[in-house]
Amino acid sequence: MSETADKIPAPPVPPVPPEQIKAIPVRHYGRWVAGALVIAVLVLIGTAFSNAKINYSIIPQYLTDGTILSGAWHTLYISVLAMALGLVLGVVIAVMRMSSNPVTSTVAWFYVWFFRGTPVLVQLLLWYNISLVFPVLNLGFYKNEMNQVMTPFLTALLGLGLNEAAYMSEIVRAGIQSVDLGQTEASHALGMTQGKTLRRVILPQAMRVIVPPTGNEFINMLKTSSLAYAVQFNELIKRATDISSTSLAVVEMYFVASIWYLILTTVFSIVQYYVERRYARGSSRSLPPTPLQRLRKNLRLFGSFRRPEVAR
Amino acid sequence: MSSLSKDTGIGRAPAGGPMVRAEGVHKSFGLSHILKGIDLEVNPREVFCIIGPSGSGKSTFLRCINHLEKISAGRLYVEGDLVGYRQRGDKLYELKEREVAAQRRDIGMVFQRFNLFPHMTALENIMEAPVQVKRESKAVARERAQRLLDRVGLGDRTGHYPAQLSGGQQQRVAIARALAMEPKLMLFDEPTSALDPELVGEVLDVMRDLAEDGMTMIVVTHEMGFAREVGDSLVFMDDGVVVESGHPREVLTNPQHERTRSFLSKVL
Repeated sequence: MSETADKIPAPPVPPVPPEQIKAIPVRHYGRWVAGALVIAVLVLIGTAFSNAKINYSIIPQYLTDGTILSGAWHTLYISVLAMALGLVLGVVIAVMRMSSNPVTSTVAWFYVWFFRGTPVLVQLLLWYNISLVFPVLNLGFYKNEMNQVMTPFLTALLGLGLNEAAYMSEIVRAGIQSVDLGQTEASHALGMTQGKTLRRVILPQAMRVIVPPTGNEFINMLKTSSLAYAVQFNELIKRATDISSTSLAVVEMYFVASIWYLILTTVFSIVQYYVERRYARGSSRSLPPTPLQRLRKNLRLFGSFRRPEVAR
Repeated sequence: MSSLSKDTGIGRAPAGGPMVRAEGVHKSFGLSHILKGIDLEVNPREVFCIIGPSGSGKSTFLRCINHLEKISAGRLYVEGDLVGYRQRGDKLYELKEREVAAQRRDIGMVFQRFNLFPHMTALENIMEAPVQVKRESKAVARERAQRLLDRVGLGDRTGHYPAQLSGGQQQRVAIARALAMEPKLMLFDEPTSALDPELVGEVLDVMRDLAEDGMTMIVVTHEMGFAREVGDSLVFMDDGVVVESGHPREVLTNPQHERTRSFLSKVL
């Protein structure tokens, strides 16, 4: 076997390092001007907000108010559940859309067309009033008035989840189609069936394409779930409005809610970063260190000897 | 390199008859007629080379043998069994997906673009099919995968992902992956065409070794040197038909047809 191609001899190290170039850098005056302008605008906006008739002092105490906390919890779990529903249904619709059966692919196409083409708010209100269409829910083993079945929770879950499925199916489809056809051929040539190929070879690679936009969708969902306020679901905005109607601190309550949305999206962005790394395996020669690893390394370097970190 | 067949069970001869037999094989994609009646036989333990200009249908023919493409007319047999169909009386029945998959198990294939699974390490690539298709235990599959990697000279690259390997190393892993299913027949679709010139040799070495162990191989290639030294028979294809066939040395040094001559004058 020709092992020579595998072992490349290290180039000889020059005994004296070459003299470093010392040159006067180009001055970027434009950058200074632009920087000053941006800071000026920020200061103007900041002072305008601080001089506004907004009672900032009551915001911290309401941040941990029981009603607000329960609203934040509702927002979080309806987002997670609706997203889960959207993800599962989205994969099903994506597979239907790509199937060679013309009935399933057409139905999938219409599903996406309808649920992407109408406002989520309308869809939520439609589920809210579904008793107009089906006054009684009769599943054979279970029978009840539709108005009893469709709690605010179920309405929000179906409205948000089914809408999300339309978007997710397109993301999943794009992911599956991004995987090279050669992968399917190699897998078939090894004697793997279509189902096994999808599970073991295609989907793990499609995940790299699917995960980033899915994270985006989830962050969107956290905020879109505020529309469930229209169907009496006790999420963050509904709870904030409940308080403001008695305390008259309307804008302040929206600020409180917004801070919670920012906290939730920030926490999720961190989770997303690590999930993406998980599916990046094998795609680049070596993964860059996480911010935590970089911090720890820098602290160690700082502790032992001072050396400027080489820019990556 | 030592004998591959001893402990991997490859290269065993079937009970008489040709390994592959093609009778008037045609293939069309829509309006374009790619294969226009291919007749040939590949015998067990034979290294069968197919050469020809690009677009002549040689890769398509190779892909018909393991039913990656369906043939449009004619008959194609591997070890006496029709590929992709079952014949009852004078009617042909398409095989179910599972049955097609079962036929493919015994036919290894190596692609021009390697097609390794990028999310798996070299070892996992080789273990995948035995574990998933043959339901082999992971321990057994891992042991064989390690042995095969040793044989293709990559025993120290088990934990590397394909992106961390050179083209030649990837193709050697791909060959090991195909061998892990203990095939009776190996198909090579221009295995060195995507490689840097200096990496071609290491892949050809592995193939030469496999040939010496008696593996039946059908090799679509532009490596005339390999065809001459290792090949037992050779066909020259052009425009969907076999123009000329014979022993590689005769065809390559003394071509009978004008088309063969003009092709060889350009590539040799």
